[in-house]
Amino acid sequence: MNGAQQAALAARKKDIRSRWLLSTPALAIIFFAAVGPLFVMLLYSFMAKGDYGDVRFGEFSLDGWTSVFFQRDIFDDTLGFADAHLSIIWRSIQLSFFTTLLTLLLGFPTAYFIATRPPHTREIWVFLVTIPFWTNLLIRTFAMQQVIRNEGLLNNALIWLGVIKSPLQIMYTDTANLLGMTYVYLPLMVLPLYASIEKLDFRLVEAGYDLYATRFQVLRRIVIPLVKPGLVAGSILVFIPSLGAYVIPRVLGGGKNMMLGNLIEMQFGSGRNWPLGAAMSITLMALVMVALIVYVRNASRGGAGHA
Amino acid sequence: MLRSRFDVRAQPGFGLVTLFTFFALYLPIGALVIYSFNGADSLSRWDGFSTRWFVTAWQNAAVQDAAMRSLIIAIWAAFLATVAATMAALATTRTEPYRGLTFKYALINQPLMVPEIVTAVALLIVFSRIKVWTGYSGLGYLIAAHTAFCIPFAYLPIRARLESMDLTLERAAADLYATPWMTFRHVTLPLLRPAVIAGFMLAFVISLDDVVITEFVKSGGQDTLPTYMLGQLRRETSPEINAIATVFLALSTALVVIFFFINRKQATERN
Repeated sequence: MNGAQQAALAARKKDIRSRWLLSTPALAIIFFAAVGPLFVMLLYSFMAKGDYGDVRFGEFSLDGWTSVFFQRDIFDDTLGFADAHLSIIWRSIQLSFFTTLLTLLLGFPTAYFIATRPPHTREIWVFLVTIPFWTNLLIRTFAMQQVIRNEGLLNNALIWLGVIKSPLQIMYTDTANLLGMTYVYLPLMVLPLYASIEKLDFRLVEAGYDLYATRFQVLRRIVIPLVKPGLVAGSILVFIPSLGAYVIPRVLGGGKNMMLGNLIEMQFGSGRNWPLGAAMSITLMALVMVALIVYVRNASRGGAGHA
Repeated sequence: MLRSRFDVRAQPGFGLVTLFTFFALYLPIGALVIYSFNGADSLSRWDGFSTRWFVTAWQNAAVQDAAMRSLIIAIWAAFLATVAATMAALATTRTEPYRGLTFKYALINQPLMVPEIVTAVALLIVFSRIKVWTGYSGLGYLIAAHTAFCIPFAYLPIRARLESMDLTLERAAADLYATPWMTFRHVTLPLLRPAVIAGFMLAFVISLDDVVITEFVKSGGQDTLPTYMLGQLRRETSPEINAIATVFLALSTALVVIFFFINRKQATERN
């Protein structure tokens, strides 16, 4: 080996060392305060529950996992489905799905409209979407409460208009959850959609019209397939936080309209069943993973033909 | 009347939906701000314009305490996250692709992929154990947790900037026998500064806004402004909360506006 090769090798080694050294602080913090705890939680889900929260160390138990889905009858000790848990899980999935749908119905036309403005105006529209997005989630949830509570803006306006006589009870219902989540997560749908519509080649749209397509056909057969990556990204960004929503159902949904996030919290708080809470958290993560895989599969299948 | 030229870009009705979207986005925030100037003792009726609830909130010791704690945590978390993210961004851009790079990306962005409530309870499990072992129950846990979920937000703008930067200057510095550190200090960092500031501000706003993780990680008496507000919402909501929310809103809007202008300046400089 000659000198030049040796020097190159040494430089390479130094480069490898420095890039690992440089990324160590970030990786270490994330491992300590984000990824690592997830593994500890996985262990906890397989331990016996302690009497006052926590777990009994070293005592292996599957109770946490079985009680996510099943419950023992207090009278005859038979195992039945845990209806309360399952209905909350089902509600979370349904509400997240409808939230995604609603944000899509509002977000797509909005993103399209913004993307077809002149460049300078576009920037201002996007900025206006960004402001609510960076506003504290709790504050936005709380702001929604100002609109839908019994003496809130919506009811006052409807009564004033003579549409209804007494206020509609929207707070503490599933509708409140749905409206709150749609409101809070709407920017997460608009922004990625906008990014992909902005890149759309409108000559293709024009070609469609030249071939006598109607506006609806152009939208369905040309625009939507081409902006699918943005559509998928937006849907993931809305669906995932909706599934794990905690603050919105707590403030707007009340005790009867809990979602999975609140159920998990309950096991760590008053329920004092940490293994169950841990198992539920992992269930939630599994649901998120399934959603991600379905979306990504869809995206790669739809996107490949147009790339 | 002249028939307007056929516009291939327009879609009928989209303008109306957009109008509705923006109305819906701003109506609740607007309502919150207006209600915060309500002089009445409860939210149910309007009793004329007043700033009394701002005064009440300002003089509330618990609010002052929580606001101070929020600031301390956000400054520390944003600072640590920005330093760690800048280093990590250098490590993932100023190098040939290598094994483990994808894994690093995944790890750095991991806090974005897991639902917050899951991270929150996982941290509760681990930190409550460490509390028992070490007896320490200071702000360290909160700062560590905030730093972790702030890292991806600081990382994104810094990496984007590094990727779009011209390498000639750095190479020239190296040719002139500058050490890597000198090159970084005198060439890379000055060019990177706007992105570092942007990353710091994003991390700061993200930390300031966090409710869920803070709620689960905090020890007794360690309320931040958001967890204080969440706690108050359990009871009958008072106009005082509206006033706090309005000030908070103004503050984070101001930060976002500044961020917007830094970004725009950066974009025009590039062109």
